[in-house]
Amino acid sequence: MRQNEAPREPSGPGPIIEFDRVDKSFGDLMVLDELSFRVDPGERVTLIGPSGSGKTTILRLLMTLEKVTPKADPERDGGVVWLEGKPYSHMEKKGVLVPANEKWLRRRRSRVGMVFQQFNLFPNMRVLRNVTEAQVHVAGRSKEEAEAKARELLELVGLAEKTDEYPSRLSGGQQQRVAIARALAMDPDILLLDEVTSALDPELVADVLAVLRDVAESTSITMLCVTHEMGFARDVSDRVMMFDSGRIVEQGPPDAMFSEPQEARTQDFLRAVLAE
Amino acid sequence: MQTGWSNETLREIFPAIWDGFVVVLQVTLVAGIIAVVLGLLVAIGERNGPVWLRRPLGAVFQFIRNTPLLVQVLIVWTATSLYINPDWSAFAVGSAVLGVHYASYTSESYRAGIDAIPKGQWEAATALNLPTGRVWGAVVLPQMFRRSAAAVGNWVIAMFKEVPTLFIIGVMEMIAEARAFQGQHYTGAVEGYTLAGLLFLAASYPVAVAMRRLENRLASE
Repeated sequence: MRQNEAPREPSGPGPIIEFDRVDKSFGDLMVLDELSFRVDPGERVTLIGPSGSGKTTILRLLMTLEKVTPKADPERDGGVVWLEGKPYSHMEKKGVLVPANEKWLRRRRSRVGMVFQQFNLFPNMRVLRNVTEAQVHVAGRSKEEAEAKARELLELVGLAEKTDEYPSRLSGGQQQRVAIARALAMDPDILLLDEVTSALDPELVADVLAVLRDVAESTSITMLCVTHEMGFARDVSDRVMMFDSGRIVEQGPPDAMFSEPQEARTQDFLRAVLAE
Repeated sequence: MQTGWSNETLREIFPAIWDGFVVVLQVTLVAGIIAVVLGLLVAIGERNGPVWLRRPLGAVFQFIRNTPLLVQVLIVWTATSLYINPDWSAFAVGSAVLGVHYASYTSESYRAGIDAIPKGQWEAATALNLPTGRVWGAVVLPQMFRRSAAAVGNWVIAMFKEVPTLFIIGVMEMIAEARAFQGQHYTGAVEGYTLAGLLFLAASYPVAVAMRRLENRLASE
């Protein structure tokens, strides 16, 4: 049932993300069960599936907001997330893989950016500082450089005139566009989008998706996207992965997935979502 | 011995009570700084400190919160003067005990303010890879202060009103001054205590009103 990926040419560029038989459980609840998949650099992947199928957990693992459930022998049994060819959920210590510590994560996670369902802008900072804060204090840019970059990105998301507002004065859609600018300001190689339009009023969804289409077209950033916006998924993604109960049900290019899904569960799910 | 109210006595006792009032303000300043700063450090330590520190810290401040101030004042004063240094002044020891006692309350208000910050704020900070110092300094504490300022301010007002407890170890605040005056002149107790009460009211009422305004302003923003 699971579609195995073809073995990769050793000479070509490796996957930017690799899940190798990753388990994740919360207490007794098994959310991801021996999950393996790879994402190529620049690939746009949309994760779909019923709630509780583990999609968001995958993004949260990649953002290190959750930790994988460790296995006793990672060399043999996997359970490791790899990023850019190096262990990510784990680190090498005396030649063996051990769960990553905060120092290791701090060094590695800056390659990854995330946009959240609930925006999570810092309400005590004006829009501009929301976008410059990490540039200055993580990327080490000068204030001028960070502000120039922030203004450029806020222009890109259509909010150039809102730099001096506090987030509470913006609509949900505007806040989400600031959050996109904030994530992009750190020049991530990978952008994680976690149901970024689910908390928005319907009339605000289009603007946010337009911005993301722009980003997808104008950059080569790798995107992993959890969404119920199937139109967006069809336009933007190279691959759609259908999840259920922490496993990949099927995956493929969006056209094939949406027009001729092979698995009954995918068919049911798409019928339900498209009927909304 | 005179028993009735006397305006004459009131005038005579006023300078002594005023001296005591100044001492109350000084104690409040010193103990207030301790309560505000130490309480914050305890709240951060309990949340973010090393694991070996969190439980003992919580236990100590739980103990402080659940035993009477008067007992703490007497124990610490006796212990310091017997075993540590008899020259330490009652003012210094009393202010420290009062400040630490109220730090045990302010830390709870700070903690509530920290707990009220949505989880998404921490997650956004992680996603941006902000260093711990920035997460606290730029994200958590500014949001916490808005939520905790009024509660902490109310604790400082409450603390101000408990300064007279320190008369038991000889801090010359208003009650001690009134009793000293009475000891010398065999009169003035009623006038002295009344004056002390009025001065407390005059000082704490405006502050309480200001705190309520602050609370409303922070809540409405």
